Amino acid sequence: MGYVTVTGGQTAIEEAEKLLHHYRTGQSSHPLHPETIEKQMRLLVDRIMGEGGLYAPDHASLALKQAEGDPAEAAFLLRAYRSTLSRNFYTKTVDPGEMRLIRRISSTFKDIPGGQVLGPTYDYTHRLLNFSLREETEEDFSEFLEAVDIDSEQVEQTPSFKKVTELLKAENLLADSEMEQEQEPVDITREKPAFPLSRSARLQSLARGETGAMSALAYSAVRGHGKVHPTIGELRVGYADIEIEYPGRENESLYIGETMLTEVETVNSFTETINNQAGGLNLGYGLVFGHNELKAISMAVLEHSLATEGEAPVHDEEFVLLHIDSVDSSGFISHMKMPHYVTFQAQLNRLRKFQEEEGGKPEDESRKQ
Amino acid sequence: MSPESSKRFRVSAYNFGFLDEGSKREIRRSTLKAVAIPGYQVPFASRELPIGKGWGTGGMQLSLSLAGSRDTIKVIDQGHDDSVNAVSIRHLIQSCTQVEMTRDSQAASLIQSRHRIPEIPLRKDQILILQVPQPDPLKKVESHEKKVKQLHADKDYKGMWLHLYEDISQWGDISISADYPSTAHERYLFAPSPLPRWDVPKLNHSEALCLLGAGREKKIYAIPPHTQVTPLAFDDVPFTTENFGKASCKNCGADNVYLDEFIDDETGQKTYSCSDTGYCHQRMAERRIQ
Amino acid sequence: MFDTIQHEPVLSVQHLSKRFGPGCSSCDEQKLPSNICAACGTIWACKDMTFDLFQGEILGIVGESGSGKSTLMRCLHFEQEATRGAVYMRDYDQRSTDTLTISRQEKQYIKDHVLGLVYQNPWEGLRMDFSSGGNIAEKLIAADYRHVRTIDQRAEELLEKVDIPIERMSECPRYFSGGMQQRVQISKALANQPPLLFLDEVTTGLDLSVQAKVLDLIRMLQREFHVSILIVSHDLSVIRMLADRTMVLKDGDIIETGLTDQILEDPQHPYTQLLVQSLI
Repeated sequence: MGYVTVTGGQTAIEEAEKLLHHYRTGQSSHPLHPETIEKQMRLLVDRIMGEGGLYAPDHASLALKQAEGDPAEAAFLLRAYRSTLSRNFYTKTVDPGEMRLIRRISSTFKDIPGGQVLGPTYDYTHRLLNFSLREETEEDFSEFLEAVDIDSEQVEQTPSFKKVTELLKAENLLADSEMEQEQEPVDITREKPAFPLSRSARLQSLARGETGAMSALAYSAVRGHGKVHPTIGELRVGYADIEIEYPGRENESLYIGETMLTEVETVNSFTETINNQAGGLNLGYGLVFGHNELKAISMAVLEHSLATEGEAPVHDEEFVLLHIDSVDSSGFISHMKMPHYVTFQAQLNRLRKFQEEEGGKPEDESRKQ
Repeated sequence: MSPESSKRFRVSAYNFGFLDEGSKREIRRSTLKAVAIPGYQVPFASRELPIGKGWGTGGMQLSLSLAGSRDTIKVIDQGHDDSVNAVSIRHLIQSCTQVEMTRDSQAASLIQSRHRIPEIPLRKDQILILQVPQPDPLKKVESHEKKVKQLHADKDYKGMWLHLYEDISQWGDISISADYPSTAHERYLFAPSPLPRWDVPKLNHSEALCLLGAGREKKIYAIPPHTQVTPLAFDDVPFTTENFGKASCKNCGADNVYLDEFIDDETGQKTYSCSDTGYCHQRMAERRIQ
Repeated sequence: MFDTIQHEPVLSVQHLSKRFGPGCSSCDEQKLPSNICAACGTIWACKDMTFDLFQGEILGIVGESGSGKSTLMRCLHFEQEATRGAVYMRDYDQRSTDTLTISRQEKQYIKDHVLGLVYQNPWEGLRMDFSSGGNIAEKLIAADYRHVRTIDQRAEELLEKVDIPIERMSECPRYFSGGMQQRVQISKALANQPPLLFLDEVTTGLDLSVQAKVLDLIRMLQREFHVSILIVSHDLSVIRMLADRTMVLKDGDIIETGLTDQILEDPQHPYTQLLVQSLI
C-alpha cells in the first residue's frame, strides 16, 4: 500500500539539480543572455515583476532564465529574493496623472483632451504567425531603427495629460467616494491584515496577483457571475518618476529612477452603487508594474466588484484575494507532490477499522454485497 | 555538497538564518503571544522563503527565527530524516545558520517536523516545531476567515461538534484520521498539524514546547509545556488512535510505534517498519552493541 | 390554565427601545406621533416597551407589519442590539443581571440553554443541508449534550412527537414541505427543553389546515413541557387560539395589554377595536 520514500535524499536532490541544469541548457550552443530576455521578452518580464512585487527588470530576467521561462517559478524566485532585502527608503507618493505616456486610450469618449494615443499595442495586429522572424538578424534590427526613426529622446519627453476621470470629476458626475482615508497605507508584506481589509491592503494584494487568475475572475464578473459592467474610462501606460525624500532635508525630493506602470480607471454605472448611494458614476481602479493591460483592467474590475455587494465569488474579498497569489497557489498545489504516506496510512487505518466493524461499512458498499 | 549546489547559495550574501533580524524578531514576538494563549492562532507577516509555500515555510520561519549558534537541529518529514523534503529543509537551515544537525531526537534542541512527533517523549529543554498547511480546524465547517475568527472568540464550536455527530451518524465513528480537532486547555480549538491520531496524545501535558507554523496562511500557534490537549469526542464514542494489530517493525522489532506499511516486491507480503527512522536506527544500534 | 401561572416573571422587559438611524435631539421616542422622526428620518421600531412573561404563560404579541413585534423578538434573542432598556431572565441568573449588557459568550449561553426561537422562515432556523436529526442534534450539542445515543433518542422522540416519520430523520429539511419544515424547526427549538420559547409568525404562509395542525402542536408541546411562550403574529385568530394574555403593538408602542378574552370582547384602543372587528 505505502510507497517507499526516496532514500539517500541528498544524492537524489543533487542528481535532480544536475538534470535540471542539463535540461535548462537545452544542449544549445547559445546560452540565453538575461539582457536578451529583458529587452525582447518585455511583457513577460513586466508580468514577473508585478507578481514578484519587485520592480527589477534585470532580476526578473535572470529569474526567467533560471526558471526556464516558467512564470510561477520566476515570480517565486523574485519574491524570495525580495524578502531578504532591507528597506532603506520609502518613496514619495507617485501621481500616475504625471506619467510620461506611451499609450493612452479611453473607451468612454470618442476623443479626449490630449487625444487618444494608441502606442505599442497588439490590439489591432492580426494574429498571424510571422515566419520571417525566424530569420531575423542584427542587421534587420538596425535597419528598422534607422527607417522608422523613433527618437527615444522624444519618447522620453512625451507630455503628461490630465486624467479622463478628472473631467468627470469636474462635471460632478462621480459618486462621492465614502472610502476611508488612510493616512499611512498598510504593508501587506510586513503585517498580516485582518479581513475585511483596508483599501490599501486590497489594492496591494491585487497588484501582486497573478494575471491569469485575475483575468479569469474578472471575466466571470462581467460575464454574469457578478454585478459589474464597466467601461474603461482610461487606460494609460507610461513612465513614472520615483522620488524619495532628500535625506536630511524635508520637503526636498531626490529622483532615484523611473518605473513603467499601467493604470486603468473603469467607470461603472451609477446603478452599481457602493453603500447604496446613487450619487453618480463609480470608479474601479487598477495599477500594476510594467506594461500589463490585461492585469490592470482585471484589477480595476475586481477592485470595484469587491466594493460592491453580491452573491457571486467576485464580491467576496476572501475568495478573490486569497486565491490570486501565484506564490501561494502554486506552492500549495505543488505541495501535493510531497510524501503524505503517514497521513495516508492513518486514513487506511480508519477505513479498515470501518470495514471490519459490522454496520460501519459505507452504505453503498454494503448494498453491493 | 556538489559543485552545483554550492554555487546556488552564497552564505555571506544572506543574514544568519536567512531572514533579516527585524523579521526574526517579529516572528519571535508572535511566537511569544502564541505561547501565552495556548491554541490561539496568532497572525504574523509570513515571509517568502526559498522553499515553496505549502512546503514547510511556517515551520522554517519558526526554526530560523529561533535558531542560535548553540542549537542542534533535527529535521524530519513523515518521521523520516532522509526523505527528500527533510533533506532539502535540513540543507537550507544548515547553509544559512551553520548550526549542528542531528538525526537523534534526544540530541536535538529544536526538532522541525512534518506529520509526526518522535516516539521518544520530548524533554522540557526541547522545542518541537510542526509545519501546518491548514491551521484552522473550523475551515471544515466555515470557509470565511472573518466568521471563523468570531466563532473562536465566542468559543462557538457547535458547528464542529455537529460535523462530528453527522460523521458518526453516517459511518458509525468519526472518519477524521489525521489533523484531529482538539482543544487546548479547554479553550481554543486547534488543528494538530496533520499528525496522525497516534501522535495527538503526545501533545497532552508534553514536557516540551510545541510550536506550529503555517506560512501560507500566516498563522503561528503553540501548545506550551503541560497544556491539556483534548481531542473532541462524544462520551459514548471515545477518541481512539491507530491500531496496527500484531504488526511490528521488520528492522528493529518495535511494536508499540507508528508504522509505515510496505508490500514486499518479491513475496507480495505486507511488511512494516518504524515511521520514526531515528528511533529505529537507535534501537538497531543498541541491539548490535548487545 | 391561569392557575398554573406563578407570579415570578420568567422574562422581564423594561423600557426597551430600538432605533434604526442616527437619532437626533428632537426625536425623543415617547413623544413621536408615529415611529419615524420627521427631523432626522430615524425609525423607532420599539419604543419604551415594558412587560413581563410568567411561568407557563403564552403571551401573544399582535400588530401589523412595522409595528415593531419582530424587532422586539430579535432584540430579545440578541440578534439585534437594543438601543436602550433592560432584559432580565429567571433562568440566566435569577434576573439579577441585565442580559443586554453581558458578553457575547454569555449571550450565546442564553441562546443555547435558555431560549428557543422559531422563525417565520424555516430557512433561518434550520440547516437545510443537514439531516433533520442533525438539526435537532445541533441544538442539543449547543446545550452541552455529548452522548450520541442520547442525542439520537431525543431526536427520534421529538420528531415522532411532531409527526415526522422516523425513516425521514436522515433526510434534509430542504426536501420537506413548508409545514413539515416548520414542525422540524419547532422540535429543534424545543430539543433541550428551554424554559423560554419565542415564536415569530410561525404559521404565516402555511395552508389553513396545516396552520391548524401546527397550532395544535404548539398547544400540546406547551402543556407537556410547561414552557413559557412569547408568540408574535399579525393574525389575531392565531393569538386567540393560543395566547393567555395579549399585547397589541402599533408603531413601536404597546397600546393595549390584557387577558386575550378580555381584549377580544372589550377592546379599548380604537386600533384594537379595528383589529377585533376585522376578525369577526
